Order: sequence, then structure tokens, then C-alpha cells
Amino acid sequence: MPDQNDPLLMSFARAAISRRSALTGLAGVAAAGLLAACGSPGRNASSSTSASAAPKAAEDLSDTDKVVNWSNWPEYIDIDDAGKHPSIEAFVKQTGIKVNYNEDYNDNDEFFAKVRPLLEAGQDTGRDTWVSTDWMVARLVRLGYVQPLDYANIPNLANLEPSLKDVPFDQGRVYSLPWQSGFVGVAYNPKATGGRKVTSVDQLLHDTALKGKVTMLTEMRDTVGMVLIEQGVSLAEVTADQFAAALAVIQEAKDAGQIKGFTGNEYTKPLASGDTAACLAWTGDVVQLRADNPQLGYALGEQGIPMFSDNFVIPNLAQHKKNAEKLINYYYDPKVMAAVADYVNYIPPVAGVKPILVKEDPEVANNELIFPSEAILAKAQVFRALSAEEETSFNRQFQAVVTG
Amino acid sequence: MAFAHPIGAARPARATRRRGYFVPVLLLTPAMLWLTVFFVVPTISLASQSLQTGDIDNGYTFTWNFQTYADALSRYWPHFVRSFGYAALATVGTLLLGYPLAWFIAHRAGRFKNTLLVLVVAPFFTNFLIRTLAWQIILTDSGPVNGFFRATGLINVLEAVGLTSNDSLLFSPFAVVSGLVYNFLPFMVLPLYASLERLDSRLLDAAGDLYANGWHTFWRVIWPLSLPGVVSGTLLTFIPAAGDYINSKLLGNTQTVMIGQVIDAQFLRVLDYPTAAALSFILMAAIIVLVGIYVRIAGTEELV
Repeated sequence: MPDQNDPLLMSFARAAISRRSALTGLAGVAAAGLLAACGSPGRNASSSTSASAAPKAAEDLSDTDKVVNWSNWPEYIDIDDAGKHPSIEAFVKQTGIKVNYNEDYNDNDEFFAKVRPLLEAGQDTGRDTWVSTDWMVARLVRLGYVQPLDYANIPNLANLEPSLKDVPFDQGRVYSLPWQSGFVGVAYNPKATGGRKVTSVDQLLHDTALKGKVTMLTEMRDTVGMVLIEQGVSLAEVTADQFAAALAVIQEAKDAGQIKGFTGNEYTKPLASGDTAACLAWTGDVVQLRADNPQLGYALGEQGIPMFSDNFVIPNLAQHKKNAEKLINYYYDPKVMAAVADYVNYIPPVAGVKPILVKEDPEVANNELIFPSEAILAKAQVFRALSAEEETSFNRQFQAVVTG
Repeated sequence: MAFAHPIGAARPARATRRRGYFVPVLLLTPAMLWLTVFFVVPTISLASQSLQTGDIDNGYTFTWNFQTYADALSRYWPHFVRSFGYAALATVGTLLLGYPLAWFIAHRAGRFKNTLLVLVVAPFFTNFLIRTLAWQIILTDSGPVNGFFRATGLINVLEAVGLTSNDSLLFSPFAVVSGLVYNFLPFMVLPLYASLERLDSRLLDAAGDLYANGWHTFWRVIWPLSLPGVVSGTLLTFIPAAGDYINSKLLGNTQTVMIGQVIDAQFLRVLDYPTAAALSFILMAAIIVLVGIYVRIAGTEELV
């Protein structure tokens, strides 16, 4: 038997070498100018600054094909012990529209990389709606990849939280409606900080007791936003110089060995175990972490709080646009959103949810991180929309710090 | 037969030669098509992308912009050096761990041989990410591994050579290399096993008869005969380890960023496709050169 394995394994090694010869050959081909011939000529975008490119609508199959394809982030909806989503089941029963619910939106950038080639080529993405973070909505609108929502199908829009009605990246909410919102704050594990409280970014970046045990977020606007606010800059009016100045503070802390890493959602486990002493964290995560580790501390900024929303959008050529709008409308019913908020612990964007939960689940209803007070909401700030050039430049500078 | 019927023999001979030509082509076609569609075309497109200029809003145009390569290399050469350094350490680590293991399975495991081979491959039944995340728990500050390193003072040795800091194992070069060693160990063990398994044990008796001691038997007999396994094992470990970015992302800190992470960031986050493509090409070229030198030194004939 092993003798049969043997030549197979040897062939791996040979393959590694013949790959080299293949590449050598390829270099010759390249020299012949094949590159230019085969290279993609580039998309001569209709517009680089606004969505003047008319979004392309597909023939709407909603009435005949009772289906809606929805991509969402993992664990971002109510779920019961059987692994089903009660709110979706109720929608199916109520409307007869089947929901293909996919938790395949793990990361804004990765998801964008997945759908961009299709949208750029003017093809259907196979999805009728998905949930993108504010800045990604800004980019999708800028590139003309999403369609205006038909408010006639969304009468429950009247329940939208007033503070979310007008956002800088989508004036008048033409293209997007929020699914959930959250704050960015500082979280710490008293076990690892020696009992001391960590309440500000300044402390996070400069308290030597935390050296090498601090993480920040790979979400540029959240991480740099926290520092910007501490420097007294309004996120709605950030300039390139202010951005660079805030980034320099982070770079300095990183070079000093204060910052251990930049993470996505994976900061939660080390924080709970104490391997991370303090970090930037999202409110929904903190509520869930605290359920298991009540000793974890959390602080929202005194001067201002970066706020983000993840928003429904409908991509170009979605085949069931009306069904998607009906789905959005359904979740803008406070009773439905209450069931979701009770589970996901982020901030629901629908007015009238709190009174329902006061009766059903007072613990959630009284949690300031899920239902923030007026005073806290007044401090919430949203990062302004960036132009294409700014976005590239900011991203490049930020990644130079993250991977430098 | 051919001599008995010289005229009639011509036909079958020609038929054989024709079949001898068609069959290999037929057998090669699926693989060639596969490689063309999924390797040659993407490689050309990548090469083309690396020489383009533009951004996602205005599209990309092909401009023979070799400057991208110069910029990428001058900015990220430390990441290349670091990646190859970690990959080399991980390769040596897997060799040191894998060689005795492969020898044991091949010659001492008896009827447990197949069970042990399955166990070597068993980690692959779990997702790569999950396996790597598990190392966060294994190396955690309050865990037994960290406790052992601290109690024995080994952690001071690691700190002295710069592999850890702050008395913790996690989020350090040590953690990254450990993760790489763990994740790529089977790629080393299997080729080594294949080489060692077919080693004729009578050669060892002969060495003993000729008064070779244990070390000489190993160095003069076993090691040279296992070289094909060593060479393929090291290649199968080093090449993917150099491009890996999951281990450095999940187990490393801001000072352990490997080139794969940079490419990931340039491609997905900055959307600078030309730089990402150029970095990928430089990585490929560097690996080819390193592997070429290595194979030349190790001797290509050992592979066959």
C-alpha cells in the first residue's frame, strides 16, 4: 500500500519544479507583449463622484417568483433553539415569499471583492438585498451599484428613527435603510489591567500598564474616528490633515509596542480570556460578552461616540426588488424589530421598539448600549462620505500603519 | 510473429504508434485545460494587472508601469524578508519534529502504522482557521503551556532571541512560527514517511556489520536515502508557509506582519490591485529563485 502512495508524493515534488519551468516559459510569453493584449482595458466609469450613472433595474420577477435572496452578517438576526429564524418564518407565512437567508457577509471588503466583478460587468449578483456598513453604502452609491428604494412598498418607513433619516452618504435615504446600529467604545478586562479602569483612547494608547496588550479595529473609520474625536475633530468634517495627525498618534503607539494588533470581530475571545487587556469594541459584542463575563468594563467617549449602521441596499439587476422592499418594510414594524433587537443586542433603527421590550424583556430594554439615552445619542457621530481619491488615500495610509 | 508475416506486421505496428501518440495527449488534455484556465490565464491577467494604473472608480489601463514593482519592493522588502525567515524557521521545525515521527511510523509502529498515518492527517478534518484559533487558547497567558515556559525559564531564552516579549507566548513571532509548524507538519511527515518506509532495513544491518555507530548509520545511510522525502517535504512546507497570512494575522502582533497580509490588505482594503498583483509576482519570483537554488544544491536527481 505505501508503495502506491510513494509515487504520488514524489510527483508533488516534481510538480513544484515543473511549475518553475512553466513560469519561465510564461515570462517569455509575457515579453512577447501578450500582457497588453490580454490585460483588462479598464472600465471607463460613467462617473467617479456621483451616482449619475442610472442604476440598472432588472425586470422584476417579484409577483411571479415569490422569492427574496438576502445576504447578511453571521449571527445578526433572531434565532431559536432549532436554529431557525422566527422572524423570517413569520414573514414567509404572512406574505408567501420564500426567503433565502445567507449569512455570507463576513466582511465589507471581502464581500465587495466578491460582488464587484459582477456589478462592474453589469450582471446579476444573485442577491436581492444585503446589509452593508455606512461607508460601504457610500462606495456602492458612488459607483452606481445600487438602486433607489421604492418607498411605496415600504410604508413602515415612518417608523425610522429620526436621527438616522439624513445621513451624509445617502441624503434622504434614497438607496439605503438601516438594519442595526452600534457604537464604538473602549472595552477592558479588569483581570488583565490589574483592576484599573480604561476609559479613553488616550489611556488605551499611552498607559504603559497596558503595553502590548491593546488591540484596535481593522475598521479604519472606527479606529481613527475614536482618536479624531478625542482630538476634538467632528467626524462629519474630517480633513486630510486631521486624519493624518490622528493616524500619526496611532503609529506612534504601535511603534512603542503599545498596540498588539488590529482585529475584526476576533478581538472578543482574547479580551474575555485576558490576553487582551483593553481594546476598541463594538457595543453589540460587548453586551454579549458581558452576559458571560459581567466583570468586563466598557466606556463610551465623553466628547463623542463613533456610530455605525449596517444598511439594507438593493443591488443593480436584483430580480426580486419588490419582494426585498416588502422584507425591509416587514422589519420596520416595531413588533418584528423588537424580536430581532432582543436577540442581536445592537441598536434597532426603528422607533417604538423600546416600549414593547420594556414589557417583554426589561433587561434588554433598560440596557443603555441597546437603547441609548438622548444624552448619549446626542454624542453619536458618523464618519462623512469620502471621495474616491480620499478613500484610496486614507485606506493606504491606514493600511501602512496596520501592516507596516 | 513479425518475422513470420513481414507484410501483415506493418499495420499493427503503425496502429500501435498512432495509439501511442493519441493516448498520452488524451490523458494530458484535462490537466492542461485545467492548468490553462485556472493557472496560465490568471497568471497572465495578474501580470497584466500589475502593470496597469488606475482605480476602481475610473477603471484600469495598461501602461507598462514597472514603477509599481519598484515602489512595492522598496516599501515592503522587510515583509518579504520576515516571511521567508518565518517560513524557513517553520520548515526546520517541521523537519525536526517530522523526521523522528516519520521514522517511527515507518519502522516501529507495526500494526498501528495506518492508524498513525490517519492521525497525522486528522487535523485536516478541521477547518484551517479553527485550528489556528485553537492556538490562541493553547498559548494563552493563563494557560499551562505558558506556565511551563515560565516555570522552566525557557521563556527568557525565547525573549533573549527576540521570539517573544512581555512574558507571554501568544501574539509573538514564536506563536506565528508555532502555528506554521503545526499547520504544515503533515506536508513534511507524509513525503518523509514515503521515503523512509521503502528504506531497506538490511542496509542498516550492513552498516552495523561494517562497524558504523548510530550516528554514522544515520548520516551516511539513512539521511542520504531519505533526501527525496526531505527535499519534497521542505518544499511543500516552505512554499505555502512563505505566503501564509492566517497564522501571522491570528497569532502575531503588529511587528510580525507577513507578506500575505500585505497582499490581502492591498487587494481587499486599499483596492490597489496593481500593487497587490506586483507583490504577488515578486513573491512568486522570489520563491522560484530560492527553490531553484535549493534544488540545485540538494541535487535535482534526488527527487526522481
